[in-house]
Amino acid sequence: MKNRKFITVILPLVAVCGLILLNALKSDPPLKHRNIADNAGLTLPTGFTGTALITGIGSARHIAVTPQGNIYVKINRLKNGKGIVVLHDSGDKAEVVSSFGNFSGTGIYIKNGYLYASSDENVYRFKLDAKNAVIDPEHPETVVSGLINRHEHEAKAILLDNAGNLYVNIGAYSNSCQVKDRQKGSMGQKGCPILDSAAGIWQFKADKLNQHYGDGVRYATGLRNVMGMDWNYQDNQLFVMQHGRDQLHDIFPEMFDQKQSALLPAECLYAIKKGDNAGWPYMYYDQIQHKKVLMPEYGGDGKKAGGENAIDPAAAYPGHLAPNGLLFYTGDQFPAKYKNGAFIAFHGSWNRAPEPQAGYFVVFQPFKNGKPDGQWVVFANGFSGSQAQTESGRAEHRPCGLAQGADGSLYVSDDTKGTIYKITYKK
Amino acid sequence: MRIKIIASCVLMMLMYAGAQAQVKHKAKPKAKHSTTTGLAASIAKGKTVYMQTCVSCHQVDGGGVQNMNPPLIKTTYVLGDKTKLITIVLNGFNESVEIEGNTYSNTMPSHDFLKDEDIANVLTFVRNSFGNKAPAVTAAEVTKVRAAVKKT
Ligand code: HEC
Repeated sequence: MKNRKFITVILPLVAVCGLILLNALKSDPPLKHRNIADNAGLTLPTGFTGTALITGIGSARHIAVTPQGNIYVKINRLKNGKGIVVLHDSGDKAEVVSSFGNFSGTGIYIKNGYLYASSDENVYRFKLDAKNAVIDPEHPETVVSGLINRHEHEAKAILLDNAGNLYVNIGAYSNSCQVKDRQKGSMGQKGCPILDSAAGIWQFKADKLNQHYGDGVRYATGLRNVMGMDWNYQDNQLFVMQHGRDQLHDIFPEMFDQKQSALLPAECLYAIKKGDNAGWPYMYYDQIQHKKVLMPEYGGDGKKAGGENAIDPAAAYPGHLAPNGLLFYTGDQFPAKYKNGAFIAFHGSWNRAPEPQAGYFVVFQPFKNGKPDGQWVVFANGFSGSQAQTESGRAEHRPCGLAQGADGSLYVSDDTKGTIYKITYKK
Repeated sequence: MRIKIIASCVLMMLMYAGAQAQVKHKAKPKAKHSTTTGLAASIAKGKTVYMQTCVSCHQVDGGGVQNMNPPLIKTTYVLGDKTKLITIVLNGFNESVEIEGNTYSNTMPSHDFLKDEDIANVLTFVRNSFGNKAPAVTAAEVTKVRAAVKKT
């Protein structure tokens, strides 16, 4: 009697354990494939080496590298009261040279003898000497001020072209321009008023001080939020990566289940010409149906087409991966197929829960004659630490900014642990 | 790795057998049992609400999202005054306040479309999950706060 009870209790347990064991035996990959520590935890294509130059420097957002091997890092949360850290890269490690700038923010860019950097409202610049060192770190010039910051998509990514223009992303302070932001059942505002002062790329003069909205041009509109942007010199135009909308299921549960909501809409790469409209908030791009779909807040049902006046994306990627950095590779160090292609740093998703999260990697998008050409591939993976950390969203590192060194090395910043990675190639 | 799995399996079996043996000896106090099932039922129903309406921002583990959505783990809001907590769910929350030393740049929408009972259950779930331990929230308390919030 007692024995039988024991068996009924223990037997199923033994069976379950047996199954777990079997699975563990089956799925344990050979050890040599798991030994990735020698690339700073990154998985890279053959011939590439990953190095963590330094870690713990704060919330490292965008980065700029000088020919002298200095790295300027924009910090999002002031560290010891400073928002810009200067590193020197001595090959396989970097040390902190100095830090300055009493403003937090995301954007940083070097052009024409100046270091440009943004807070969430303003763009500043610091004059550089012949060795690209900041001459007077205490007294930046204010290039643009008073840009809208309503604590949603407030980071101002910046970029300069060769024609004396400064481009600033002004993100929408909203998910989908609902009357009540992110509220279930709340519909889209007619003639979305946000578009007047945000949800686009504004163009300013690179060397005129104290500019405001009125001095700038709304260069492109209908872009919900952009962090990654770069100039493509092959066809001489701006490319941007949009962060697509969140919460299709939360807001319209009867139209989208949690699985669809995890994948949709696409994160889009757009080739921008002056005056372009990418369609937010009236449409989103569905990468599975390959079409522009009317936004449910504006009468859509997940199928009806929308965005008749909106440009098509140049390429589309799975939803919510959060593209925070875009860089056209123009170096000679990497194999020829990388030249003029795009690297995209995907910060990683959060809006896929309760479905598994994804991203936390750097993607390579091949290009030909200034147009995406062929399937994108994951170029650098492993930032999160493990598959489980990717799926739970508890990533150890999250790639954010990208920069190219004078020798063609690729630099990647991580704003979670404050790590700066360098990726190099040797035949 | 394999040894660890075998060891933990054996341990699991021993613990399970042990627990089975203990259950037999424990007398069940009747009254207490019914209040714990009341709490347990509220937590279970609250979890369903959470997984539908809060999870995309605050995440499965309640840990939130860096710089975007705050954690619901032992914050003063979660463990503190119930009226304030209920008001956050009813009205939403979009003040750039510091929550345990960080600021979060997303908007928490109003959830006043949820029934009083759902709000009570979800808050009871949150206050008894993710390492939190705080008294349950009742539907009557939500009703009261909803009436007060409406008036202002
Ligand atoms: C769209 C994303 C979103 C959803 C959905 C959401 N929240 Fe929030 N929640 C936030 C944000 C963002 C804040 C912080 C707002 C701020 O800083 O002004 C917040 C703050 C809070 C707070 C107070 C701060 C803290 O961390 O203790 C509580 C409690 C809370 N939410 C509970 C909930 C519950 C319960 C639900 C589901 C019924 C929910 N939230 C749904 C985004 C969300």
